[in-house]
Amino acid sequence: MTSSPPATAARLSPLHERHEALGAALTDFAGWSMPVRYSSEVAEHHAVRTAAGVFDVSHMGQIHVTGPGAAAALDHALTARVGAVGVGRAKYALLCAPDGGVLDDVIVYRVLADSFLVVANAGNAPLVARELAARCAGFACEVADASDGSALIAVQGPRARDAVLALTRGGGDDLVAGLRYYASAPVVAEGGIPVTVARTGYTGEDGYEVFCSAHDAPAVWDAVLRHGGPTGAVPCGLAARDSLRLEAGMPLYGRELTSRTTPAEAGLGWAVALEDSAGGPRDFVGAPALAAAAARVASWREDPTAAPADARVLVGLVGDGRRAARTGYPVLDEDGALVGEVTSGAPSPTLGRQIALAYAHPRVAAEGTAVAVDVRGRREEMSVCALPFYRRPREGGGRTEDAGHG
Amino acid sequence: MAEVPDELMYSQEHEWVAGPVEPESVVTVGITEYAAAALGDVVYVEAPQVGDTVTAGQVCGELESTKAVSELYSPVTGVVVEVNGALADSPELINADAYGEGWILKVTVTAPAKALLTAEQYSAITE
Repeated sequence: MTSSPPATAARLSPLHERHEALGAALTDFAGWSMPVRYSSEVAEHHAVRTAAGVFDVSHMGQIHVTGPGAAAALDHALTARVGAVGVGRAKYALLCAPDGGVLDDVIVYRVLADSFLVVANAGNAPLVARELAARCAGFACEVADASDGSALIAVQGPRARDAVLALTRGGGDDLVAGLRYYASAPVVAEGGIPVTVARTGYTGEDGYEVFCSAHDAPAVWDAVLRHGGPTGAVPCGLAARDSLRLEAGMPLYGRELTSRTTPAEAGLGWAVALEDSAGGPRDFVGAPALAAAAARVASWREDPTAAPADARVLVGLVGDGRRAARTGYPVLDEDGALVGEVTSGAPSPTLGRQIALAYAHPRVAAEGTAVAVDVRGRREEMSVCALPFYRRPREGGGRTEDAGHG
Repeated sequence: MAEVPDELMYSQEHEWVAGPVEPESVVTVGITEYAAAALGDVVYVEAPQVGDTVTAGQVCGELESTKAVSELYSPVTGVVVEVNGALADSPELINADAYGEGWILKVTVTAPAKALLTAEQYSAITE
């Protein structure tokens, strides 16, 4: 069996009763009992690509950093220049250890000039809260873990916008309509419920994330499904969330990102601001190690033959075999030599092919390189490809998007 | 609640068996609705080949879903006489019709049934 019944001590989402009423198959995820699927994960995946999917991601951590020194504190604590974003905008950043290893990947929303919301992965929320508190200690700000008592509902897909506009009609839907990618606004949802709507997501589709209190979550969930239902919005679980983010080439902490990987190896150098606005080295936790890692990886990419035997960079793999490459499976070169390991892999519902992310030696990292994956004792042929595997079709005048997040 | 047809026999590993499980008879084997639901969308089935010997309680193949791989156990001992070819192109038949179109293999039984469960007993362990 693949889904494990949650342990009796598992934490329940504020939407737990909704999931049970919908007949969701539940699983234990980072100590939470969360829906893995409601019907078929492939059907849910397709719904997000063609209409809209509604995800309960209330298990994610929500940490507030507020005060006149908050911007400077977060600049110091994280890899990106979060303090430089304007009010109502957001930024993807990494929390790294002093040795450059990734502790979590987060999105930081600047709610007010002196108020930031850090959204962390569910399993890392307590650690992120602790680290931020420690790193922000020398600055004029406070760190408050607001994860309990908060909820988050993601609405993702080409029809997501319609549902979220309907949800906020008369309460700020004009603000929602004007939200650019990676922007957010506090508005009022149906029933007078205060929510913050952000145009962020983890599926590679257009979409929104709706922040509200745990208390209000069921009413917001019901309203979103009611407004989105007629145009095909369906509830979607963690299985679909994973296949969607994989197609979009997005890393998952615990797979592509761990405390033993540096951003440069994972292709996330763009999320690390090594230089300040004046062009000098920026001072933040892990800066020296991250600068060294960036230089090291750059040299590998320039001359893969000179990279040490254990050098690894993240690559995308695609194949047309009958069996999927899975986490932990060895990656082999054409001679059968071990050159890497799969971090995430699954059949791609949208592409109809096997896709995988893997760490592999730079000498096989060039697009088009033929490799094989040892799938439970048999070689499955795959080839290295550019990321993302899937890019959503754009209408004219589409927005720009940094690779690797969306 | 997953269906558990009364006329079938079941294994602890969530397979069903249709037909009398006695030497010389041919039985049909598949996985239960409960197992198919737990697996999620099946994307690939690796079944034994015609002529292979299978042994009750032992792994005889694999079922791969979008998320993971599960082992397929044989509920009976015998020789495989037919494999459901439709599953190669349409593995999702196992999810759509676990007890009908989603059958996996047919076996000529060579040893009497051991440790198979009735529908009632199987329902009890999946409750």
